[in-house]
Amino acid sequence: MSALLDKIWDEHLVVREAVRPDLLYVDRHLIHEVTSAQAFDGLRSAGRSVRRPDLTFATMDHVAPTDTNRCRPLQDPIAEAQLDALERNCRDFGIELLHMGHPNQGVIHVVAPELGLILPGSTVLCGDSHTSTHGAFGALAFGIGTSEVEHVLATQCIPQAKPKTLAVRVRGTLGSGVASKDLALAIIGRLGAGGGNGHLIEYIGETISGLSMEQRMTLCNMSVECGAKAGLIAPDETTFAYLKGRRYAPQGADFDRAVDYWRTLYSNSDAAYDRELVVDASGLAPHVTWGASPAQVTEIDAAVPDPESLTHEEEREAAVRALEYMGLQPGTPMRDIPVDYVFIGSCTNGRLSDLREAAGIARNRKVARGVTALVVPGSGPVKAQAEAEGLDRVFLDAGFEWREPGCSMCLGMNPDIVPPGKRCASTSNRNFEDRQGRGSRTHLVSPATAAASAITGRLTDPRELE
Amino acid sequence: MEKFKEFKGLVATLDMSNVDTDQIVPKQFLKLIHRTDFGKYLFYHHRYTEDGGPNPDFVLHQPRFNGATILLTRENFGCGSSREHAPWALRDYGFRVLIAPSFADIFKTNCFKTGILPVELDGDTVEQWFKRVDAIPGYEITVDLVNQTLTGIDGFSSSFEVDRFLKHCLVEGLDQISLSLEHEAAIEAYEQTHREPWQASITAPDVGRLQ
Repeated sequence: MSALLDKIWDEHLVVREAVRPDLLYVDRHLIHEVTSAQAFDGLRSAGRSVRRPDLTFATMDHVAPTDTNRCRPLQDPIAEAQLDALERNCRDFGIELLHMGHPNQGVIHVVAPELGLILPGSTVLCGDSHTSTHGAFGALAFGIGTSEVEHVLATQCIPQAKPKTLAVRVRGTLGSGVASKDLALAIIGRLGAGGGNGHLIEYIGETISGLSMEQRMTLCNMSVECGAKAGLIAPDETTFAYLKGRRYAPQGADFDRAVDYWRTLYSNSDAAYDRELVVDASGLAPHVTWGASPAQVTEIDAAVPDPESLTHEEEREAAVRALEYMGLQPGTPMRDIPVDYVFIGSCTNGRLSDLREAAGIARNRKVARGVTALVVPGSGPVKAQAEAEGLDRVFLDAGFEWREPGCSMCLGMNPDIVPPGKRCASTSNRNFEDRQGRGSRTHLVSPATAAASAITGRLTDPRELE
Repeated sequence: MEKFKEFKGLVATLDMSNVDTDQIVPKQFLKLIHRTDFGKYLFYHHRYTEDGGPNPDFVLHQPRFNGATILLTRENFGCGSSREHAPWALRDYGFRVLIAPSFADIFKTNCFKTGILPVELDGDTVEQWFKRVDAIPGYEITVDLVNQTLTGIDGFSSSFEVDRFLKHCLVEGLDQISLSLEHEAAIEAYEQTHREPWQASITAPDVGRLQ
């Protein structure tokens, strides 16, 4: 009655003792500039080294500017010092690093899967909460803090108590114009911002099997937004087909042997979960957030909720506060809300299929007057492939900006910032207060909804423009 | 790390649920590469107005909370990003104990690593503590980690659960990396017996070198 989590867990168990949490081996340690510098300093001051630099992989993403003529040194000296520290640390300890000018550089959670670094049944850690993305491959993947980054660098292991499990069983087919981002937002809305705390979510059911790898990554990426430790999807033929031939995936006969092993990675039909949620994907509409938490979400056809209609006092208070911050009145139809900015990109929705969906809406149309719209490919290869398909022309002709890979406007740690009081339809993952810039007002949406909103200048159901 | 056995301190309240790590320490301070002095950035956008002046309306600016070392707040505190800068800022500002109905997972782990004790209590008990802190100026709580109790200056008391291992690390001031390195032989044995192609090294000679 093993669940997939148990199979991966047991395979990575290095030490089990009564008095301590299990010590698990880490197959892949991804690092970036923001959460690693202090960990390397800790290593140095303790006289320790990196145990497995060959299982560690670095890229520059959070502070990387995305303008087409970006270069080093960065204009921001503090950000430059951070990139400089990452370079020095990777050089000193022998870790591969994708520099800002490298053709494969990009957002760590876009780059790593694309290079075949993420394999089924593996353990993947990164000092970034959206490490949950990689559960899409049937990997146990979660975000860690800087002290834990230091721990993994020093030991290639992580002490860990096994999380509880929450099965999210999805049935029905997503309708045209409805994305896995919408499914993710709907699930977060049902569970609440802290509803997944202490749990790993395993997504199961025929709907999940029907999703592409990129759709699965979006869904697992957003798992952390309801507090879940990780998202997880059992690997299947879709997974194997995606991995075949990727740079770091096993090749030739090794690949076939790996697939034989990967086929054993699923939850047995009698596996027990601590909780279960059933979601019907058919009839699901595009979703859009109205507040300052991803759980404050509704369907595009709905109106801004009246806080008084909410059940719990804390929810009501949070809603009142969020509406004040967002500058919204209860009862306003979501589709009447004008937008000033549109951001298409991030580790949630910066992959090729996301750009194709957005381009499908933007083709032969124009961005509304007064709207600034950015398309930021998640990685160099995403950008190159999109350009080979002519998507850059579609966006540029429509009046979108076409930029270099990076985290960009998802979190405003680089020059891409939403100004105070401005409203942004964003394909990123967090609509927290001030996240996209101080006083910025974020509405989380799918790539298609973002593109449709750029065209009309207000939050728009992409199905209107299909 | 400093040992944490018993602690007595002034309690401040932050009556908000889902306080995310972007609120605790905004992203512009995440570019810094040291881990000290983050206290001045704590709740930055709440504490300071856009022109940089102090915001007198922010709850921690109330004179009665001056010098607070225990923060009482609501559910899902610390949700969002994995930034350890959030507990660094709380600790540097002076907080050693956080009390709430729940904390986000990564944040909670980061607190223990930073020498902050996150205490989880049920919502009703948290409400009881809120009423006391609101009613009695200068309200202090004694936190006894060894016996897992909180006791207020008025005698009100509650017990709390805490992970046994994490408690042990705080009480003894242990460095978890040293503990794991005690198992170096086991780690090495694991590496020797796990050499399948899908566990292979990821270093390739040309990656990262194309400039």
